[in-house]
Amino acid sequence: MSGAVRRLRCCDGSACRNGGGIALRQALLAARAAAGLAEQELVIRAVGCLRLCGRGPLVAADGPGGSRLWGGVPPELASALVAAARGRRRRGQALAIPAPAHPPQAGPAPGELRLAGARLWGPCLWEPAPGRSPQPPVAPFDPSAPAASAAPAASAAPADPSAPADPSAPVASAAPADPSALVDPSAPAASVAPADPSAPAASAAPLDPLAPHQLDPHHPFFALQRPVVLECCGLIDPDSLDDALDHGAYRQLQRCLHQLTPAAVRDEIRASGLRGRGGAGYPTGLKWDTVALQPPGPRQVVANGDEGDPGAFMDRTVMEGDPHRLLEGLAIAAYAVGAEHGFVYVRAEYPLAIERLRGALAAIAARGGFGPGLCGSPWPLRIALRVGAGAYVCGEETALLHSIEGGRGTPRPRPPYPAQRGLGGAPTLINNVETLAAVPAILRQGGAWYGAIGDPACPGSRGTKVFSLSGAVVHTGVVEVPLGLPLRTVVETMGGGVVGGAPLKAVQTGGPSGGCIPAARLDTRLDYEAMAGLGAILGSGGMVVLGPATAMPELARYFMGFCVQESCGLCLPCRAGTVQLAALLDRLIEGRGAAGDLERLEELAGMVRATSLCGLGQSAPNPLLSTLRHFRGEYLQACAGGGAGDPAGGPPA
Amino acid sequence: MSVHTLSIDGRPVAVEAGASLLAACRGAGIALPTLCHLDGLTPVGACRLCLVEVEGQARPLAACVSAAAEGQVVRTDTAQLRQFRRMAVELFFAEGNHLCAVCVANGACELQDLAVAVGMDHSRFPARWPRRAVDASHPLFTLDHNRCILCSRCLRACDELEGAHVWDIAERGEHCRLVAGLDQPWGEVAACTSCGQCVDACPTGALFRRQESAGDHQPRRDRAAVLQQARQQKLWRNQGEVPP
Ligand SMILES: Cc1cc2nc3c(=O)[nH]c(=O)nc-3n(C[C@H](O)[C@H](O)[C@H](O)COP(=O)(O)O)c2cc1C
Ligand code: SF4
Ligand code: SF4
Ligand code: SF4
Ligand code: FES
Ligand code: FES
Repeated sequence: MSGAVRRLRCCDGSACRNGGGIALRQALLAARAAAGLAEQELVIRAVGCLRLCGRGPLVAADGPGGSRLWGGVPPELASALVAAARGRRRRGQALAIPAPAHPPQAGPAPGELRLAGARLWGPCLWEPAPGRSPQPPVAPFDPSAPAASAAPAASAAPADPSAPADPSAPVASAAPADPSALVDPSAPAASVAPADPSAPAASAAPLDPLAPHQLDPHHPFFALQRPVVLECCGLIDPDSLDDALDHGAYRQLQRCLHQLTPAAVRDEIRASGLRGRGGAGYPTGLKWDTVALQPPGPRQVVANGDEGDPGAFMDRTVMEGDPHRLLEGLAIAAYAVGAEHGFVYVRAEYPLAIERLRGALAAIAARGGFGPGLCGSPWPLRIALRVGAGAYVCGEETALLHSIEGGRGTPRPRPPYPAQRGLGGAPTLINNVETLAAVPAILRQGGAWYGAIGDPACPGSRGTKVFSLSGAVVHTGVVEVPLGLPLRTVVETMGGGVVGGAPLKAVQTGGPSGGCIPAARLDTRLDYEAMAGLGAILGSGGMVVLGPATAMPELARYFMGFCVQESCGLCLPCRAGTVQLAALLDRLIEGRGAAGDLERLEELAGMVRATSLCGLGQSAPNPLLSTLRHFRGEYLQACAGGGAGDPAGGPPA
Repeated sequence: MSVHTLSIDGRPVAVEAGASLLAACRGAGIALPTLCHLDGLTPVGACRLCLVEVEGQARPLAACVSAAAEGQVVRTDTAQLRQFRRMAVELFFAEGNHLCAVCVANGACELQDLAVAVGMDHSRFPARWPRRAVDASHPLFTLDHNRCILCSRCLRACDELEGAHVWDIAERGEHCRLVAGLDQPWGEVAACTSCGQCVDACPTGALFRRQESAGDHQPRRDRAAVLQQARQQKLWRNQGEVPP
């Protein structure tokens, strides 16, 4: 009975590795041995990102008393963790958990929702504590529901892990709203210092050394998440194909191959309203149709895992935490458009993602490949991994294709779009990693289910989106939330606001192609159209929180400098225009601004935006133009800085 | 053969299907400014001077790489386009080191001609004065990086006409530069046949014959087009107009 299993899930994502996750896991293994425990008595498993990357290394313990979570644990405390995971709770840990209303309890939890090892509890990364349900009630998986009605060919296998059936249920309602409850924002991230002596529990008993590290899994940061793309990230061992299969991986690919026509698969994607998560938000179903309906001949599929925007780590999380989900999505896409060959393109800066994907592909090859090995079908899909060489522009689809073909990573004019003419001249489907990783869940639950996630006020933004929350925010990490949520909910309720309680100044979204949303517009919804209306973009999901100390001209200068460096140099406006824009910004920032500089900036920015060949140049002025729009005063002040005392604002000749 | 009809600056034009907007404009008797385009070579759309406005398109299109389509309404000479072109020429001058008075190509330079055409007598952008080199290692020709505008015409001429592919562009952004062979001195690249296609394709004074001094440069810029036509018509030997 799985509920009795005591299990430690150790985050083995990049961020937690950097925080010492490997040493901690090794210490845990040693501590388990020292405690004389067998492997099955306390399962210690490496998993993908547990979301709160800023507090790494994270460890979650599952047991009959529910899940508990610790962050920033030094290896010296491994034996304490093992003891805690065995159920030896100590006093003192109530410090960070506001209301563990129920004492630990032996035996199966009443809220147990497991079946043959497969979760029926989609959105919950944590075992619910007995009697406490942070999630909306979940309707059991109904095999007669239309979307999932066609049982997979391998129906003797464990049932599909089914995500919640009612997408309209208020995910938010049950969660506590106190953003400071998750961790004490004034405590340094990896502090092992004793807990606040004023805390009530601290004086009563010898202090639990783990107490300062304990995190509350019911905090809104976790509770408001709606894992769809990341539903298995943090649960499964990303290095194990068997673990992925136990959690339903490749079940939808099997179903597609045996029961669905490519057109039916595309119908489902179109019905879901899924839009590209790589930045532009192009309707995914439409793109698949465009590739599928090209004249007969070979086709190619490509997963874009280049993710070069500063402050973005959504795709990395997917690739590191659940590589098989991406591969299944890519394989389904290949089936839907009639391709038998595909590539996963990952930037070289993601060595762990590369290692995991390589391992995943090798494991599939060892079983006989996607078709024969995983699905009992002669379908001959082959997928190869390509590693980029660190150019941001190689995320642009035509540059990416050149790069795969072994050429220089420069874009080319479109049309023809890759969907018409791509790799080797063949129609080529390129989708972002997160876009593809959403596909298996959409097929399992049905397009209508996915299309119902999100806010009715934002008809163009359906489903969930992964964001990477970073910058001056209290809780740094990865969040997957329904689209249509107000930005404020993500940044303040989940993220805990600005470090030190300072007022928030703006949120930068979309990286070097995006813009800033000022604090006054924080109620803007996470919606493609609403955000574009403010001069920002929903983008690929990078979300950088800016505190009061950030000077907007300097922020614009930073992003302009990024584009100067990353411009491929093919077309003039981007190659030479960004350089001049950066020089103009330098002048302003250094107080050498002259009258007319702002107009010159705007004129040149407009030219670069309108005339550059590819999206890099076309969007390079966005951070500048959006901060000019919302924080013009700061620029005027900078202009005046050089010519102080001159009321006309002109430079002293 | 199917035909598209479109309107360019109010004039009706008919072109073969598959023709570019640039060809259509020429058909209408409108000479668009171009730099990276050279008849006879594959267009790349790098200089962004041939931009035209097409009704219904959010941003201007580079005519050399855009196909003409039925019913398009095209404008080639709006105030906005004139502003963009002028800024582009200014950016070109600010980015390299151009001293026309002492340049081999003075009087025979497409960039210089464009500056005159758009009425640019000075660049409003501060000159970058980059430190760039001169490659005088080749026995017949010289490459002066100071005047190179990275149009890649030499690269395409060498690759597409001569089949030697001596040239490539290295680095990124403002640091882009033309490299010969495996980033070697040009004179050491065995693949170079000394045909001079690149020199004749170059729009500026960046590539020239060794013996030329200020104002001497007289490139045969139609060489690419003539060669390409000769190939299409299977005139394999030098006949009539084909230059040596
Ligand atoms: C400069 C530039 C960089 C880009 N970088 C990425 C990237 O890192 N990852 C990505 O998925 N898409 C990136 N894109 C968008 C891709 O060109 C393409 O639109 C996307 O991969 C399509 O997938 P989607 O429809 O699933 O979003 C970039 C675009 C530009 C212009
Ligand atoms: S816009 Fe920039 S990155 Fe894109 S083609 Fe032009 S120079 Fe290259
Ligand atoms: S290349 Fe042309 S623009 Fe440059 S210096 Fe020579 S003549 Fe002048
Ligand atoms: S050398 Fe001449 S032809 Fe070659 S890229 Fe430079 S300017 Fe263009
Ligand atoms: S990488 Fe460990 S929590 Fe994100
Ligand atoms: S001539 Fe068309 S972009 Fe250069």
